[in-house]
Amino acid sequence: MKPAPFDYIRADSTEEVVQLLSEYGEDARILAGGQSLMAALNMRLTQARVLIDISRIEALSGISVSGNTLTVGAAVTQAALEKVVRDDNCVPLLALAFPHLGHFQTRNRGTVCGSIAYADASAELPLCLATLGGIVRLRSRRRRRTLAAREFFRGVLTTAREADELIESVQFPLAAARTRYGFEEVSMRHGDFALVALAGMVSHSETRLGVGGVADRPWVEALPCNGGAGLEDALERLAWQLGARDDQHASARYRRHLVRHMGKALITRLVIENAGQ
Amino acid sequence: MKLLRHERHTLTLLLNGTQRSGTCEPRTLLSDFLRYELGATGVHVGCEHGVCGACTITIDGVAQRSCLTLAVAADGRDVRTVEGLARDSGKLSALQAAFRRHHALQCGFCTPGILMSCVDFLSRARSPGETEVREMLSGHLCRCTGYTNIVAAVLEVAAQQTGEASDA
Repeated sequence: MKPAPFDYIRADSTEEVVQLLSEYGEDARILAGGQSLMAALNMRLTQARVLIDISRIEALSGISVSGNTLTVGAAVTQAALEKVVRDDNCVPLLALAFPHLGHFQTRNRGTVCGSIAYADASAELPLCLATLGGIVRLRSRRRRRTLAAREFFRGVLTTAREADELIESVQFPLAAARTRYGFEEVSMRHGDFALVALAGMVSHSETRLGVGGVADRPWVEALPCNGGAGLEDALERLAWQLGARDDQHASARYRRHLVRHMGKALITRLVIENAGQ
Repeated sequence: MKLLRHERHTLTLLLNGTQRSGTCEPRTLLSDFLRYELGATGVHVGCEHGVCGACTITIDGVAQRSCLTLAVAADGRDVRTVEGLARDSGKLSALQAAFRRHHALQCGFCTPGILMSCVDFLSRARSPGETEVREMLSGHLCRCTGYTNIVAAVLEVAAQQTGEASDA
């Protein structure tokens, strides 16, 4: 299908974007890569009065490392970040997640911040950001603020972003010392939305499991460090806590099954790898 | 720069190396602009939500979905479609010839998109194996071939490239 009519504004600076957002508010949508937004507009799942294209703004196109943080600007494509994390493995969880993230052709244009703004509960980038404890940096004419990922994701396609705010960048923590990362996913076809996606992180002091595709938002849970029976009990509780639902692709029961079994396999593997380190 | 919804706007882009202009509304998809304004009907339109891959083209050398791109957003860009692969000589490109040799197409609806993905993929991948080729092809739906012959064709061209690179 074709999108309903809208005005199109190509913004040249971040200042212009926040000015436009304060003018148009909820009538405006930010167009970065468009790999979620254009599909939704084409299917008329959403409509906009004005699209603000930020894809050519130089100031939003940067990837930078400072301290132990990787900062990714609003116009950075997924392919650009994929290249950086593959080349120097600075955020191992992202390097593991990227092959599952859409397709080569959609990563070429889709942006990192766009995926986080869209906040699909089964999407890989929101899951990675939440699991690693990353940060979303928001900017409007009124103020700038930063939110932890767990405060940012609020529910089904719902975030704490207000109508006049632009996600200026997101920040991923760099690889921590003596920590193992793992990513597993089950989907109908490679690159499709996850039925269940798991992001695991194991260090000597902490075991963390992020779950995508089950609850209404990416869910991060601390698990017992030692593996074994305590882990199984914790995963059993977690599987029920997520409030899985049936849909045309998988039953709630199957999703709980995947959380328990893939979760156990993933965490057990990471614990063993970490002990052998 | 603001473009109003019910007006037609002129845009100019480089299509397969030639400067071309046309007019469209802001909501016109690049796939429709290429087909109906510029006559590049090698751009096939399947699902219009980025899943089937038939409309894949390259913009500034990078493979992407023309159905998820606004025509106005491609203003001034270097756009390449399947028409550009064998255009001047009428001789098939190495990739197209490999597709023909391996019977990597039957009805051909998905083929232009797959070829354009392969052009970008092969320009960047260093000696790709079957896993990488299949991952790249996961962004395309083909209902005829079962993909095996497509994988064989792409791997053959990749091997030729690797051979040429090591000879050089």
